[in-house]
Order: sequence, then C-alpha cells, then structure tokens
Amino acid sequence: MNVRRSAWTTCLGIVFTAVMLFPVYWMLNVSLTRPADMRQDPPNLVPLHPTFAGYQAVLRDQMPYLGNSLLIGLGTVLLTLVVAAPAGYSLSKLRPPGGRSLTFVLLMAQMIPGIIMAMGFYSIFLNLGVINTWWGLVVADSTLAVPFGVLIFTAFMSGIPDELMGAAKMDGAGSWRTFWHIVIPISRNPIVTVSLFAFLWAWSDFIFASTLNSGGARQPITLGIYRYIGNNNQEWNSIMATAVVASIPAALLLVVAQRYVAAGVTAGAVKD
Amino acid sequence: MAMTINGTQAASRAGTRVSAREGRRWHGRALGLAYLAPVLIYLVAFYAYPLYRNVELSLRDYTVRSFVSGDAPFIGLDNFREVFSDPTFVPAVVHTAVFTVASITFQYVIGFALAIFFNRNFRLSATLRALFLVPWLLPLIVSASTWSWMLNSESGVVNSALGAFGVPQVNWLTSPTWSLVAVIIANIWIGIPFNLVILYSGLQNIPGDVLEVAALDGAGGWKTFRHITFPLLKPVSAIVLLLGFVYTLKVFDIIWIMTRGGPASSSTTLSTWSYQLGFGSLLPHFGAAAAVGNILIVVALFFGLLYIRYERDREAR
Repeated sequence: MNVRRSAWTTCLGIVFTAVMLFPVYWMLNVSLTRPADMRQDPPNLVPLHPTFAGYQAVLRDQMPYLGNSLLIGLGTVLLTLVVAAPAGYSLSKLRPPGGRSLTFVLLMAQMIPGIIMAMGFYSIFLNLGVINTWWGLVVADSTLAVPFGVLIFTAFMSGIPDELMGAAKMDGAGSWRTFWHIVIPISRNPIVTVSLFAFLWAWSDFIFASTLNSGGARQPITLGIYRYIGNNNQEWNSIMATAVVASIPAALLLVVAQRYVAAGVTAGAVKD
Repeated sequence: MAMTINGTQAASRAGTRVSAREGRRWHGRALGLAYLAPVLIYLVAFYAYPLYRNVELSLRDYTVRSFVSGDAPFIGLDNFREVFSDPTFVPAVVHTAVFTVASITFQYVIGFALAIFFNRNFRLSATLRALFLVPWLLPLIVSASTWSWMLNSESGVVNSALGAFGVPQVNWLTSPTWSLVAVIIANIWIGIPFNLVILYSGLQNIPGDVLEVAALDGAGGWKTFRHITFPLLKPVSAIVLLLGFVYTLKVFDIIWIMTRGGPASSSTTLSTWSYQLGFGSLLPHFGAAAAVGNILIVVALFFGLLYIRYERDREAR
C-alpha cells in the first residue's frame, strides 16, 4: 500500500517536473526543427525530421561570442574572488571596525536594480574612454557577484575553528600565511560556489553587455542571441540552437555542482 | 598597507605592557582593515561612484555631446518634473506594481504547493527538485526568447494548445491587452525555483513529530497546513516575499527581450522605461532615464530595508 502510494507520488512528481521543464524541451525541439516545418499548425511535438542546420549556424556565426563570454566569465570569477575572499576573512576572523555596517551595505548593494548601475557605469566608462572593452564589462559584471561572494565567504569562514588559526599563529605564521595556507585551502566549498555563480551571472548578463559593450570587438553570447533575434526574425531554429548552446554552463553547473547550487540559492536568504 | 602594520609592530614593541596590549588591539584592527581594503576600494569605485554619477545625471541636462564633454548645465529637479508629467509615468508605475504583485503571488503559491509536495520525500524527489532549478539557472535571454517563440501568435505552441480547446488566437506579445500578462507568465516560471527551494528548506526545519502529532489528532491536510505548517513558515514566507519583491522590481531582461515594453508601452515598467529613455532610441534622454532609475532605487531600497530589519529582529529573538 505504502509502496504503491509512493510510486504514485513519484509519477505525479515526474508530471510536475515535465510541465515545468516543457519550455526547455521546446527550445531543444525547435532547435532541431527544419525551417520548413517551423510554421506548421499544430507544431510537431517531436522533431520528426531533425536537422542540425541550426547548430551549424551556431558554429558559423556564434563561436566568437561564446569565446568572449568565456573570457568575460573567467575574468569576472577572478576579480570576484580576489576582492571577496580577503574581505570574508576579515569580516569573519579579524573583527575590523565597522564590520557590521559593511555587511549591511553589502546586503543593500545586492538590491540595486541593474539599470541604475548600467547607467552609472555608462557615463563613467564614456568619460574614461573604456566603453566597449571586454574588461570594462568584467568590472561591471563583477558587481553582480562581489556582495554575494563576501557574504558567502564570511558565513563559511566564521565556521573555521579559532583553535586552527591559533595553532598557526603559535607556529609563527603571520596573518597572510594563515590566510593563504590555512584559510584558503579549507575554503574550497565557498570558492566553488562563488566562482560558479560569478561565472553564471557574467555569462547570462544582458543589461551591462547591451549598454557598455554593444559596439565592442569582444561581445558576449547574450548580445549574439539578441542580434540574432533582431536580424533574422524568422530563423527560429538557429536562435533556439544558440539558446541551447548558451544554456550549457547552466546545465553543467546543475550536473556537476548541484549541492553548491542549492547552497547558493538559500545563502543570504535563510540563515539558520 | 604593509608599512602601517610594521609601524604598529615597532610601536608596540617599544611601549610598556599596557600600551603593548593597546598596540596589539590596534594592530588587529589595522590588519582587519588591510584585508578589507580591496572590497572597500571596490565598493567606492564600482558601487558608490556609479550611483553618485546616476544622481548627477538626473540633476543635469545631458545631451549626447555634453555627455562626453561633461559640461551639462545643472537643472535641479527638472528631469524629475519631466518624468512625473510624462504620459508614460502612471502606466509604468501601474505596470510595475501589477507585474511585481502578480509575479510574486503566483510564484509564492505555486512554490509553496510544490515545496509541500516535495517534502514527502518520495523516490527521485531529490533529482526532480534539482531539475526544478533549471529555469532559475538559464540565462534570461534564453528563457525570454524561448517564451517569445512559444507565445508567438501564429506558430506558437501555446496558441496551438489553446486552439485545440477552441480558444481563438491570442496575440500574446503583439496586443496591448496581453503583453503584460505574457511577460508575467514567463517571469512566474523563472521565479518558482527560488520560492520552492527556500520554502522547502523552511519545511525541512519543521520537526517531523509536530506534523505527526497533528496527524494523530486527526487533523487533515488542509487543517495541518492552515494551523501548523503555514504559521510555522511565516518567517520564511516573509523573507521569500520581501526578497521576491526586491528582485522582481529589478526585472528588465525578460520584458525588454520579449516585448521591449510594448506594444505602445503596454508592458513598460520603470526598469524598461528607464532603459528605453537612456538607450532605447536614437535620441537618448539620459537625465530622464537616470531620474526614473533613481525613483526605482528608492522603492527597491525601501523594501530592502524592510527585509533587513525583519532579519535582524528575527535574529535578535
């Protein structure tokens, strides 16, 4: 009886998940549909005549954009870690003056709408003549991840036992050596979490890219897709194929680092 | 920075025992600040300064030329006056409110129902729950373009499914009646995972025996929910709703990519209007765009403060 009920619940769960993920399936389906079948009514629920023409178009048109996004994503990860990890160490272990106010500022910083930051950066970048540079976009994208990163590092590092740090001090290790040789190596989890989210947010960013880098030589994939939608309005199988390829990092993240993802969603929202 | 630290060390070595302790404390604080320096510089340069520039933009009369030369005349609150008297202002505020409230209401209700469902811990529940995160992880441009095609008037799968039930063609993205509904639907889909995950972790924190006792007392599903689950999850619900509010106010990508705020401003919110003014046309109105942005930030930070105060109070208890 109980077993049967559980099996029934599982079936229901699968149905819910299928409904939820239908748009993702549809993206895959359309990416494999021939342009000739695209306007069919009713649409084919499965690609009866699958074509990879859309993906060939991706290889032809979108590779530079994908490479740029990779570069911008990795740059953002690096900048975020360099800024956030020492700050987390300080806030959790060194009790700096004004630490509580800083935590408050970081929480508020996460709530600033992107369009406002984009406008501010636009006017600054224009004056400095660094508009349309890939590294300018790295700086802007990192603002999406730095407050989150500091909060994650602080939360994790406060859990490192003080005895461990004390022992290092007894051995004559200075604060830098303690940080670099003890704190950083055991902070693998927050480093992975922060890196994953910093990369994903930079990879997904559209508003900074479209305001700060829309005329640059190294534009990210989000602009590649946006241009695609604008230019060849009809080639939906190429657009959806690009969308599928652009989703790969998110998919990898879910497969490789599921527990970190769940940790990232809940972090900063629920503290206990 | 290293120099000040060495200086402190020297000072504490030279002093008496009392001042040595003082020195150590000072040393500790200086050290704390040294590790904090990168993030402090970062926050000033890449948060405070852009925000300051934004305020400045909204108080000056910027054109493309004066934007570069930087000699735009100061005009006080004229930009704000212009924005308030713009015929788009009231609709944009109303759309922002409808978009936000409708999105978080549905996200919360659906997310809560799913959280209760997944709390039963059946086979495969962990895997399925993980798959529910997908919409939240996808780049917004991917979700937005997929929904655009699904909601396409002639060839979209949504209209085709509705057509099977005899519903005539709905112009989701091209009619002023439906465009706001269309972007709300897409946004609900994206926000469900966040609500599900946080409410689920809240449910996991309710001790199992509380629910067992309720079941023994003969309380049915709805009764248990109304009198036990829901009240116990009130703090978590408040967090989800307040954060959801702040996050939803910010939404720009989805709306801009699906409808560009149109047709005829029918899905324009404060975010998309600000972008439209600053970047969406050949004749940018940077001052007005910044003014709209500053109105938006005041609302967002108000609810942000509510959230932080709520969290603090809860921690204090």
